[in-house]
Amino acid sequence: MRTAIVEKTIDLAALIAEVASGAHGAVATFVGVVRSVNDGKPVLGIDYSAYDAMAEKEMNAIAAEAASMFATSAIVVEHRKGFLGVGEASVAIVVSHERRAPAMDAVRYIIEELKVRVPIWKCEHYSDGSRDWVHAGTGAARPR
Amino acid sequence: MTITVQLFASYAEALGAKSIQVELPEDATVEALMVALSELPGANRLPPKPLVAVNLAYAAPDMILTSGDEVAIIPPVAGG
Repeated sequence: MRTAIVEKTIDLAALIAEVASGAHGAVATFVGVVRSVNDGKPVLGIDYSAYDAMAEKEMNAIAAEAASMFATSAIVVEHRKGFLGVGEASVAIVVSHERRAPAMDAVRYIIEELKVRVPIWKCEHYSDGSRDWVHAGTGAARPR
Repeated sequence: MTITVQLFASYAEALGAKSIQVELPEDATVEALMVALSELPGANRLPPKPLVAVNLAYAAPDMILTSGDEVAIIPPVAGG
């Protein structure tokens, strides 16, 4: 199990190689990507920032929860920070498991928790030169 | 005691700094910190009760702060 905030391009193939194993019949992945339009506004890119120490701690806690719930420790999560252009990957989650259903469920669990708990922020830059802080649809993180 | 509060993202912009120092009585709570923060210039751009993290974990309002704690106020998160 490994989680990290990174500043360089996420290499999905390397992450898959990191967790895959001959004993596992399923590798499930999720990759979050900067999209070109948000709320009808053309997006140039997103500037991601993080409270690094807490973000890594919280990502690690989420991965540990998933490991316990879905019975696999073959989990890797990377979240990128800095300015990312349209089409660039901001987050990748890879889970390897003996079976496909828990692999996919674990990936889903991790991304949903990450979005509400991990202190990472995005400032969207638009093609008209304006920018805005994005507030996630579910609102603020919840204490736990 | 002096508590250093880290600021991020929209909150750093609102208060015009990446960290600030707040003077609080000994055994002050997270709630007392929120009150002190609300009196700062630019604080009208913060929510009335921002989330607070103490030593890298989300903290309840009644938690008692100790000198040397790592404290941050956490804007609504938007990872992914």
